[in-house]
Amino acid sequence: MRIWLARHVQSALASLGRLWRQPLGTLLTVLVIGIALALPATLGVLVRNGEAVAGRWTSVRDFSVYLQPGLPVEQAGELAASLERRPLIAAVRLITADDALAELRTAGGFAGVIDALERNPLPHTLVVRPAADADDAAIAALADELRALPAVELVQLDSDWVARLDAMLAFARRAIWIAAALLVTAVIVIVGNTIRLDIQNQRAEIEVAKLLGATDAFVRRPFLYTGLWYGLAGGGVALLLLLAEQALLAGPAARLAALYGGSFEPLGLSRGGVAAVLGAALAAGLAGAWLAVARHLAAIQPRV
Amino acid sequence: MIRFEQVTKRYPGGREGLVDVSMQIGAGELVFVTGHSGAGKSTLLKLIALIERPTRGQVLVEGRNIGRLPRRAIPAHRRQIGMVFQDHKLLPERTVFENVALPLLIAGLRRRDIQRRVRAALDQVGLLDREQARPEMLSTGEQQRVGIARAVVGRPKLLIADEPTGNLDPALSLEIMLLFRRLNEVGVTMLIATHDIGLLDQLSGRRLMLDAGRLAADLGLH
Ligand SMILES: Nc1ncnc2c1ncn2[C@@H]1O[C@H](COP(=O)(O)OP(=O)(O)O)[C@@H](O)[C@H]1O
Ligand SMILES: [Mg+2]
Repeated sequence: MRIWLARHVQSALASLGRLWRQPLGTLLTVLVIGIALALPATLGVLVRNGEAVAGRWTSVRDFSVYLQPGLPVEQAGELAASLERRPLIAAVRLITADDALAELRTAGGFAGVIDALERNPLPHTLVVRPAADADDAAIAALADELRALPAVELVQLDSDWVARLDAMLAFARRAIWIAAALLVTAVIVIVGNTIRLDIQNQRAEIEVAKLLGATDAFVRRPFLYTGLWYGLAGGGVALLLLLAEQALLAGPAARLAALYGGSFEPLGLSRGGVAAVLGAALAAGLAGAWLAVARHLAAIQPRV
Repeated sequence: MIRFEQVTKRYPGGREGLVDVSMQIGAGELVFVTGHSGAGKSTLLKLIALIERPTRGQVLVEGRNIGRLPRRAIPAHRRQIGMVFQDHKLLPERTVFENVALPLLIAGLRRRDIQRRVRAALDQVGLLDREQARPEMLSTGEQQRVGIARAVVGRPKLLIADEPTGNLDPALSLEIMLLFRRLNEVGVTMLIATHDIGLLDQLSGRRLMLDAGRLAADLGLH
């Protein structure tokens, strides 16, 4: 067992040494692998951030019910109280026309315009918060029902664009899986081809080793380790690229968030994402090496 | 140790390497295989090393019919045999030490044992002081001695050599043959193919003479 382990360690180090001795070729291969893997990972990070932003909004499913202008404020209060008793509704907040106007005056810089008005043009508004367990269809039905009330002028439901955003994110997630599958395949091909060339360059050594009684496993092992090293290094490069992207995007993201009146810390790759990138890199490296080895090693038989 | 029973080897394309050869070699023997170019000397050695398989007949090594061995059993079989080649087949990018260590690495020995045995093998061929040299820095005679050290480092019971002196001048050739004889005296069974009759005239020992694939004579059998 210890000898077995020592043999593997030795093989792994020997493969690493061989890669080290041809730094340019190794570097180029590793960079190509890293870029190929960084691409789907970048898209993944973008979607992750999109989901984080969307999550803040989708959790807020409040909608506004604008009442008929001129409706007495007492009636508005009664309506709010009766709505609040429904199981589908968690809370109702009444914004009276006066409150709304006051808010507009302080917030919007319309003070001069508002002072010029003879009377308040704004209606009373109810902000309805549906119960947490209410589904979208039930909320839509509720909105329709409220629309039919004589006291109600307009119901503005915001969930349409939330649903659209959700659909877009789902689409993006699927697209990323497809891109990831294609690019991992590309990595397998790159590693496979690189190792095919390695095998050709070491043909003499392989023949001699076979003459001296080397098993297929012995001959195969250094090439498989080469594939693993390519994968590991490529995965490392991909992660470095992602860190660099995150650093480059932090500033613009903060400015963008500030414009929307919030603060937003852009998310990097999740822990699972890091594991996925490294895992995919190692698996693709090993698979590429395995394919090259299976295809080309058996063909080398010693000719004396 | 080795027995051929009516062995015929026909290559794809119809050329016959060996035709109906029967012979037997005992443990500890030193046997030369001679004959003109194309007589079948290499074919005979390749059948023993399982580089080729017999078309008919049986090749037995230590009582085992190796013609029947499955492909995956070939490496273990080859590890029991030391092989020396005309072009020595040393790896140019490895040092003398690394070249000689290769069979032991393949056999999976520990680093300590590898060092000890490589040194011992290099000592046997008189090249202990060149272990860090690369093959290209050595003379052809020295290169062949490294090839021989690599063949004996695994302490095989059987050593086969195909034209080991083919690239050497007469003086060096004799030196190499005397080296083989010394190694034979410590108990290694040896089968050496050579077409160099002049060289063989200076050496005593059993000869298998091949002619067009047939065993023409078996001289000096004791
Ligand atoms: N791989 C091969 N394919 C076809 N014919 C071969 C092959 N190897 C050897 N032969 C033929 O078999 C015969 C014996 O060859 P070989 O054993 O190499 O003779 P020697 O080593 O005595 O010169 C020759 O006629 C040769 O052409
Ligand atoms: Mg020959």
